[in-house]
Amino acid sequence: MDISNGVLLDLHRRMVRIRTFEEEAGKLMEAGKIPGALHLYVGEEAVAAGVMVHLRDSDQITSTHRGHGHLVAKGGDLRKMYAELYGRATGYCKGKGGSMHISDLDLGMLGANGIVGAGPPIAIGAAFSNKYRGTDNVTVCFFGDGASNEGTFHEAANMAALYKLPVVFACENNGFGEFTRQERHQAVHDIADRAAGYGMPGIVVDGMDALAVYEAAGEAIARARAGSGPTLLEFKTYRFFDHVGIRGMGVIYREDAEVLQWRERDPVGLVETRLAEQGILSPEAAAAVHEAALADVRDAIAFAEASPFPEPGALMEDIYTVSRGVA
Amino acid sequence: MTTIEAPATREIPYVSAIAEAFGQLMREDPNVFIAGEDVALYGSVFGVTRGLLKEFGPQRVVDTPISESGIMGLGLGAAATGLRPVIDIMFMDFMAVCMDEVVNQIAKIKYMFGGTARIPLTIHTMAGAGTSMAAQHSQSLEAWFCHIPGLKVVMPSGPYEAKGLLVAAVRDDNPVMVVNTKTILGMKAHVPEQIYEIPLGKANVVRPGSNFTILATGRMVSESVKAAEMLVADGLDVEVIDPRTLQPFDTETVVQSVRKTHRALVAHEAVRFGGIGAEFAAQIQEEAFDYLDAPVGRVGAPFTPVPFSPVLEKEYMPNAEKIAAEVRRLLGKQA
Ligand SMILES: Cc1ncc(C[n+]2csc(CCOP(=O)(O)OP(=O)(O)O)c2C)c(N)n1
Repeated sequence: MDISNGVLLDLHRRMVRIRTFEEEAGKLMEAGKIPGALHLYVGEEAVAAGVMVHLRDSDQITSTHRGHGHLVAKGGDLRKMYAELYGRATGYCKGKGGSMHISDLDLGMLGANGIVGAGPPIAIGAAFSNKYRGTDNVTVCFFGDGASNEGTFHEAANMAALYKLPVVFACENNGFGEFTRQERHQAVHDIADRAAGYGMPGIVVDGMDALAVYEAAGEAIARARAGSGPTLLEFKTYRFFDHVGIRGMGVIYREDAEVLQWRERDPVGLVETRLAEQGILSPEAAAAVHEAALADVRDAIAFAEASPFPEPGALMEDIYTVSRGVA
Repeated sequence: MTTIEAPATREIPYVSAIAEAFGQLMREDPNVFIAGEDVALYGSVFGVTRGLLKEFGPQRVVDTPISESGIMGLGLGAAATGLRPVIDIMFMDFMAVCMDEVVNQIAKIKYMFGGTARIPLTIHTMAGAGTSMAAQHSQSLEAWFCHIPGLKVVMPSGPYEAKGLLVAAVRDDNPVMVVNTKTILGMKAHVPEQIYEIPLGKANVVRPGSNFTILATGRMVSESVKAAEMLVADGLDVEVIDPRTLQPFDTETVVQSVRKTHRALVAHEAVRFGGIGAEFAAQIQEEAFDYLDAPVGRVGAPFTPVPFSPVLEKEYMPNAEKIAAEVRRLLGKQA
């Protein structure tokens, strides 16, 4: 697949924005400034970026508890994101949802989700709707290796293939469901193999390589858009940080050596090396992208910190839609 | 069955009381095993199974895939064929993912099979808001399960109850759901070292009093004791009762109290509408109507999903102040 320089730079920029967003958010959570639990996406940036560059605003995604990266890559407003993490009235969900429910329906981001495995059925519903309404919009369903063991995934995969829905199942196999290693939670090695059981293509992709992700996602999304049905993409990737927060090393469930080995294939580093080799992005230009991302993230944090908390009365708002004049 | 009162010598946190009970139960009965997400290698995200894998090995302390329906069904099948499983569902909210197993299978099999089945199964979970975990990790859904004939439901209010009720739940030959409250896992109290049971279906008078009864569950028990202290200044001598078991409910102990105090309020952390307090209040007025000087009050969460933002969550959470305020409001309405 031919990739223009513009697309390559776009991929890189999205990845750097995710990385920066997540690193700063993790620090703020650990400093006690952001309440609750953050599931950070560091290490997996190539997946969100490589998929999202193919999507329009009218295409939908369903996300997971590890959802910030998806929304950043889809073009989410960093200010509204940070304000949500801080529980402020100016946040994406007016402070009601927080990290695990961050969403932007105008961008087709149908929500991070606190329930593992909740995404696939919602995704096929959006895809059904795309088809029903006669659009050529596509829905991408992100989910983890752990989530691939929930019945919901299997039911949704079957229905997607049966109805030839315009959906792509994007499995982010980062090797763990919480603290349980993949080989201790499923007997298959390649989750992509499960596609055969539902009558759709299943493809294993190097999830650390943004270009490989770009290529595989491009084909699957084009296939869905053309009305040829769903695809299961399995992106082999790795979570550099812990399940929640930053740490990630010196933990009981994995060796530091393993983390370091994966970090050698840091997706941001890989794409930068590649772009430098091709003469598309000088180290100075790459540094400028990082600086710009940091400036945007700092602006978003300042916005969040200066924003008001919701009024206590907001507690009882937004429970029901006003329907025919009645709430 | 013996109930041993806690000697004042040893205080341990709620979380350790659970872990200790699991260990003792597994030592006394080789058919007891625990299955759930991250319960083995990691010792559970709440720490309630820490140390068990090392002592009992992976056959009896089982890390499962993220498959709540599968795990719950596994518990049922194992219980029906002679084992005594404990199924851990990390957050009570995830119970919604395996409702068929709990409601249509586990609860009903004995009855549907004409009494021939025996399901000694414990479902162990964590409820409660107050940790900025938002709407899908904070619910108190115990009323759902109290509504299902065939299930028993207990809700410990502190470390002593956590251990004694868990032991009784596991030794019971019926499906019992143990609903812990995550925000009191650090609470410390006297817990006897030896294994002991708190009988199911028996309420506890936590604080004796003469002219007002507060019936509270889970975390609201300690909040109600605080409220009772606040209300001393109002000339009230509040009796606080912890039902400990919600299903079956010890109507007798509560009614006896209300006959003495003539006024009552029920308090729980769950949403007030349709909460278990509604059933308790109804039973009180059915059994003690002639003794009541005021309507039976209810304190619970407002009718909204649990919000994320700490300011909203604070507004949402029932607590001692809200209980005391409601007691005062009720007294203004007194006949
Ligand atoms: C239904 C349900 N079960 C369990 C959990 C607790 N939990 C949150 S994240 C997680 C691990 C998910 O693993 P995976 O799908 O591989 O995603 P990853 O965290 O690796 O991105 C678990 C078990 C949950 N939120 N929802």
